[in-house]
Amino acid sequence: MDFDLNEDQQLLAKTVADFCKTRSPVSRFRELRDADGRGWDAATWQQMGELGWLGVAFPEDVGGLEACFIEVALILEQLGKSLVPEPYLASVVLGGYALALAGDPAQRERWLAPMVEGETSLALAWAEAGARFDPTRVSCTATPSAGGFVLSGAKRFVLNGHAADQLIVSAMTPDGLALFVVDADAPKLTRTSLGLIDGQRGAHLQLEGVAVEADRRLAAAPAAEVLGRVLDYGAAGAVAEGLGVASAMLDLTTEYLGTREQFGVKIGSFQALQHRAVDMFIEVALLRSMSMEAMVRADEPGPERSAAVSAAKHQLGIGGQFVSRQSVQLHGGIGVTDEHDIGLYFKRMQALSTICGDATHHAQRYASAAGESVPISPAS
Amino acid sequence: MDLNFTSDEQAFRAEVRAWIHEALPEDLAVKARASAQFTHDELMRWHEILAAKGWVAPAWPKPFGGPGFSAAERFIFNEELELAGTPPLSPFGLVMVGPLIQRFGTDAQRERFLPKILSGEEVWCQGYSEPNAGSDLASLRMSAEDRGDHFVVNGQKTWTTYAQYADWIFCLVRTNAAGKKQSGISFLLIDMRSKGVEARPMLTISHSPAFCDTFFDNVEVPKANLLGPIDGGWTLAKALLGHERTLVGSPGLVRRWLRLAREIATAQVGDDGRPLVEDPHWSRRFAELEMRLRAHQVTIYRALSEQLKGRHPGPETSILKIVGTDLIQRVGELCMELMGHDALAWLPEPGVVPANEAWVGPSFCYDRAATIYAGSNEIQRNIIAKHILQLPSA
Repeated sequence: MDFDLNEDQQLLAKTVADFCKTRSPVSRFRELRDADGRGWDAATWQQMGELGWLGVAFPEDVGGLEACFIEVALILEQLGKSLVPEPYLASVVLGGYALALAGDPAQRERWLAPMVEGETSLALAWAEAGARFDPTRVSCTATPSAGGFVLSGAKRFVLNGHAADQLIVSAMTPDGLALFVVDADAPKLTRTSLGLIDGQRGAHLQLEGVAVEADRRLAAAPAAEVLGRVLDYGAAGAVAEGLGVASAMLDLTTEYLGTREQFGVKIGSFQALQHRAVDMFIEVALLRSMSMEAMVRADEPGPERSAAVSAAKHQLGIGGQFVSRQSVQLHGGIGVTDEHDIGLYFKRMQALSTICGDATHHAQRYASAAGESVPISPAS
Repeated sequence: MDLNFTSDEQAFRAEVRAWIHEALPEDLAVKARASAQFTHDELMRWHEILAAKGWVAPAWPKPFGGPGFSAAERFIFNEELELAGTPPLSPFGLVMVGPLIQRFGTDAQRERFLPKILSGEEVWCQGYSEPNAGSDLASLRMSAEDRGDHFVVNGQKTWTTYAQYADWIFCLVRTNAAGKKQSGISFLLIDMRSKGVEARPMLTISHSPAFCDTFFDNVEVPKANLLGPIDGGWTLAKALLGHERTLVGSPGLVRRWLRLAREIATAQVGDDGRPLVEDPHWSRRFAELEMRLRAHQVTIYRALSEQLKGRHPGPETSILKIVGTDLIQRVGELCMELMGHDALAWLPEPGVVPANEAWVGPSFCYDRAATIYAGSNEIQRNIIAKHILQLPSA
């Protein structure tokens, strides 16, 4: 039983924290949100690549550092604390892991390696209307043609879909589910850029007979299995980032309670508010426990992974959201203004709760998989 | 990072489990399977069996007669006892005053008291709360007056759990009325057979005689029974509260009750004629509790990981009492709800409901105490707000 990070991991977390503090305070996110652009900064992305963060968990042959998901989660927690807008979750976790797991060496060299360097960014287009959080209910079709496939259908809420250079698209072939790498500039592909609730951006995709060469099909592993694993990485990543968001909100709120005065006293001296703050502290502590378990088990192959990830994502959707909503409440009027940062965190928490499955989805998944045996239980 | 127990620790778990299976007498095993409440005599029988094995005081250091378990082994041992539903031993000697005597006692006090706590020859109870000193414990008034070689004690303690079976009581008493209220309190060990001591049991809402009012009328207590310095009892009380807090976080109990809840949900049939366990509404309820328990358990493991490295568990362990006791109550509430009409039954009517449901009602009632004892959960929140979140005082 050892929850200590090793020295490299501690150093990594500290380096990312310092970077966020000095280079990417929340004000940078706000500026990019309000500017006419894609909402994040290519130079910063490249810098992240140079620091090794974009390939931290990927193999050496694509320029990665061959660490594991723990490192990815540590980075995301820090990015969450100051709402860093670069598409780490969308491009590294969703797009990157899909390529790493389903791509052959040539495909990884062609599309993963440049992303690892920070030259390009990726997106995973899996969500469809009417399929909610199930990645296997796909109506997009991939019809075999001379030299490849023709893709038709629609994808919704593709995170970083507005800016990605390559889009990894799931579609149904006559032989079953498959994954394709589609160039963002491919003819007959329409991307509709969307502003999202949290001030980040994404896209809806319309594919109207998009021709894709055979070597753009990712077939090194079965697509359904890959999507299951990638969405678990995505959920665990959302939890890690959400942990950063929740802990920043708790800090901001306790600071506010200790400075704001009403009735001639600091409002943090009121017991009703103290107990609320303690309940928030409890939920952050439990979220941290769940995030730690999820980041360790995310690389495991079987049901232990999905149980740990679902329990963690559920805690984000219940406990993390409690922290978020109470943070706004305890800030009073200023908490519902755009001017104050707490609202930005609130909206990011809402987005992270939804991404890769909400609390209800994960409770149902946990219920159907776990039964009595909670895998971490030594007694099961 | 490694979230698993070592193979040695897993082997230890198997050893403990097998031993409990062997050592627990059949009549107690039957009650354990029914999640029944045990009598005092039954607790003491189990105490003696554990004592003979050398496992009765898992947290005591070896020189005082403990088994020398590591923090992980201690956790595993307690969890296995809880999972098996063995009689819960009286904590007042083994878990509370014993460690305080080890830490603050004189050699003479250690020799006098510790062996008989281990053997079960002397049973202890706790004299903290008074009619007007509950959450505001430091305002206690029971007095101990200095008469040279002894104190004369007058006053009343309340909620003294199982005082009617106790040979000794450890009490917080007022030895100094001047100055700050915390600084005039001393820690006294009092023989329950002293002249002037009377314990009057009262029924709890679970119908067990677990509580007493305990009266002290001019009771003479030798000075040798003062533990720690005069007027220094508050320090001991705080040390004990810290100890008590980690006590109640153990998840084995909740897991056993969840197992029982599943049994009930398998046997009980819903409005649609199918077992409740197959109903998505109820499986969601189970999943939510199981995930909460999981988060609680991993948080305990984080504390354990700190202890195993010889570090003080971080501030987050202060939440364990709140989360653990909340879970105990929630799983009891779930069982009651699953039972439907059977939840109307009460223990004195045998055979009215299935055996595994018979004790749910009384336990559900008694477990309301969990969020009140050992510093109510509201007091725990006050402590966290002040010492961890460092929010301003009123």
